Amino acid sequence: MEDFLQNLLNGIAAGSIYALIALGYTMVYGVLKLINFAHGDIFMIGSFVGFYAGRYMARHATGEAASLGSAALVLLLAMLVCGIVGYLNERIAYRPLRNAPRIASLITAIGVSFLLEYGGQMVFGPDPKFFPTLVEKKIIHLGTITTTNYQFIVLAVAIVFMGLLQYIIYGTKFGRALRAVSFNFETASLMGIPTDRIISMTFVLGSMLAAVAGILYGLSYPKIDPLMGIMPGLKAFVAAVLGGIGNVPGAVVGGLLIGIIESFVGGSQFSSYRDGIAFVILIVILLFRPSGLFGRYEPEKV
Amino acid sequence: MRKLLIVAVALLAVGCPPPSETTSGASGGNEILVGEYGSLTGPEATFGQSTHNGIMMAMDEVNAAGGVKGRKIKVLTEDDQSKAEEAANTVSKLISQNNVVALLGEVASSNSLAAAPIAQSNKVPMISPSSTNPAVTEKGEYIFRMCFIDSYQGASMADYISKQLKMNRAAILVDVKSDYSTGLAQFFESAFVANGGRIVAKQSYAKGDNDFRSQLTAIRSANPQVIFIPGYYNDIGQIAIQARDLGITQPLAGGDGWESPKLVEIGGKAMEGSFYSNHYFAGDPDPRVRQFVEMYRERFGQTPDSLAALGYDAAKVLVNAMSKAAQLDGPSIRDQIAATKGFPGVTGVITLGPDRNPIGKKLAILEVRNGDVVLKDTFEPAGSSAAAAAATTAPTTAPTATTAPAKSGT
Repeated sequence: MEDFLQNLLNGIAAGSIYALIALGYTMVYGVLKLINFAHGDIFMIGSFVGFYAGRYMARHATGEAASLGSAALVLLLAMLVCGIVGYLNERIAYRPLRNAPRIASLITAIGVSFLLEYGGQMVFGPDPKFFPTLVEKKIIHLGTITTTNYQFIVLAVAIVFMGLLQYIIYGTKFGRALRAVSFNFETASLMGIPTDRIISMTFVLGSMLAAVAGILYGLSYPKIDPLMGIMPGLKAFVAAVLGGIGNVPGAVVGGLLIGIIESFVGGSQFSSYRDGIAFVILIVILLFRPSGLFGRYEPEKV
Repeated sequence: MRKLLIVAVALLAVGCPPPSETTSGASGGNEILVGEYGSLTGPEATFGQSTHNGIMMAMDEVNAAGGVKGRKIKVLTEDDQSKAEEAANTVSKLISQNNVVALLGEVASSNSLAAAPIAQSNKVPMISPSSTNPAVTEKGEYIFRMCFIDSYQGASMADYISKQLKMNRAAILVDVKSDYSTGLAQFFESAFVANGGRIVAKQSYAKGDNDFRSQLTAIRSANPQVIFIPGYYNDIGQIAIQARDLGITQPLAGGDGWESPKLVEIGGKAMEGSFYSNHYFAGDPDPRVRQFVEMYRERFGQTPDSLAALGYDAAKVLVNAMSKAAQLDGPSIRDQIAATKGFPGVTGVITLGPDRNPIGKKLAILEVRNGDVVLKDTFEPAGSSAAAAAATTAPTTAPTATTAPAKSGT
């Protein structure tokens, strides 16, 4: 029982990071029907901005209040940088291909992904770096389970940003425009919605969430390197598909589900097959619900 | 001030060998070409860098003293990025394009195992400074090593934990992607069980994983007295942090893969009280060790780890063999390396046995205490006959060994 709760908690903490990344995949897919494979690498850039900014802060700020403030500052800075990278990515690599066959943008996305990974190896160096401790770690005992304030920070920050996204999509004018573009690109543009600007904003928003995920990941697993985005990016992509790609709540549920499944398989005697078993479960779910848990099945009209 | 300057210049000269040097060396000249391949970048980067420093220090000493047979030695260094497939590629390149007469490398057993068959089939002698998996030198008569092997290391750790620390409940966390880790875990387990101990939990991870919490949760429930993790330093730090986060207070134990200045840097306070077996101890009062440590510190500004010491010894043994060889070709050099006897190395007196492994090397057990790595105990080869016996007999007699050690290595 205590293992069950412990694994559940660990799974939720890991899953909420996947969920944040999955949101970026699903939003971009929603408006462009494009799988942005470079998204996992934007997550990596978020971590590295956190690494450099955090180290700088650690040298210039002391005390508990200062450490919380500087952690927030590091987070904002990473979001800003990733937002810019996401914008440039869309503006330079994808917009010129807007009317090209969809496969062209897909290949470009893979190209951008490699560019960021190996460019990152040149800029940051290929060695793993140790992510700075932005907030002092405290160990918390809850009955039979043991956790740290980090896991709660991860959960709280993830929930805040998911709530914020929910508000942006359903409570603002931009959100209404975004939903319109996602519903039907051409009609939205005929109705006077500036589709290009909406798409740019979607990339910026998704990249900012990836930055948040990058910082949270760095806090939880303080070893970062330029290729770190590949696996979490892949898993988040699968999470988005599992939840029903293009569906925002689906991405959150998919991410949490993957985190929890991984955690339970990892704690069993099959720990060496963790990734394999997690993916097999996903394949089985998709066999029964091909459009994902929350996805709508749309028959093609002939 | 002048001393500082010399150190800085030396650092520059060694830190980044200009590429032009490599290409001009290959085109000919009177130099003897020796190939080095190692993990200069990637997750095991400090292994490759330390080994490289050790090799360069040895070779520069030799060249300053006039070289071998009146010819200078040139080391061609290739980075395999801590990947086995790259190790195979770089060794093929060193042999076929650069025509090196001998090879030095690797640290990680998986990488040495990938490169060894290529060296063997081309009849180029290869000395691995610090690959401890037994299967490495079994690849053929051209493959040697400078370090003790995992059957000895695993059994010594098991003996130390069960006899000295009087613990009989251990958990094992093994890296299934690494030949080194699976091999060492097996030898530890069989010796520990032979001593009357019990493995209460056995979990695994794969190199590159970042989340070990689920495996550690399972280990925590089994309540072991010690957790044996025969992995590499970059994973150990993360594992230690997550273990302490989960409230696990028991010491972690490991092998020579922990040896790196990054171990304590990444793991920090979480590493306190944990211990591992190693090839040498930098604080050893032995005059040879002290001289080596002083020279290394002066040149590189840091204390040499065991990988640097073994790299230094491997280079010196190779030079010794080359100067004795009738001709500088693969078979003659090989025969002379095989005949190495009583060679005074930094990591002990080196005598190579018929299986091309050194005989009777000391083993040090180091502990992390107050952020420093200190000597906890040493295993003398003479006193470890029991351990050696356990190592040779245990894998076949212990019923808990899941696979034969030879299989795990290859």
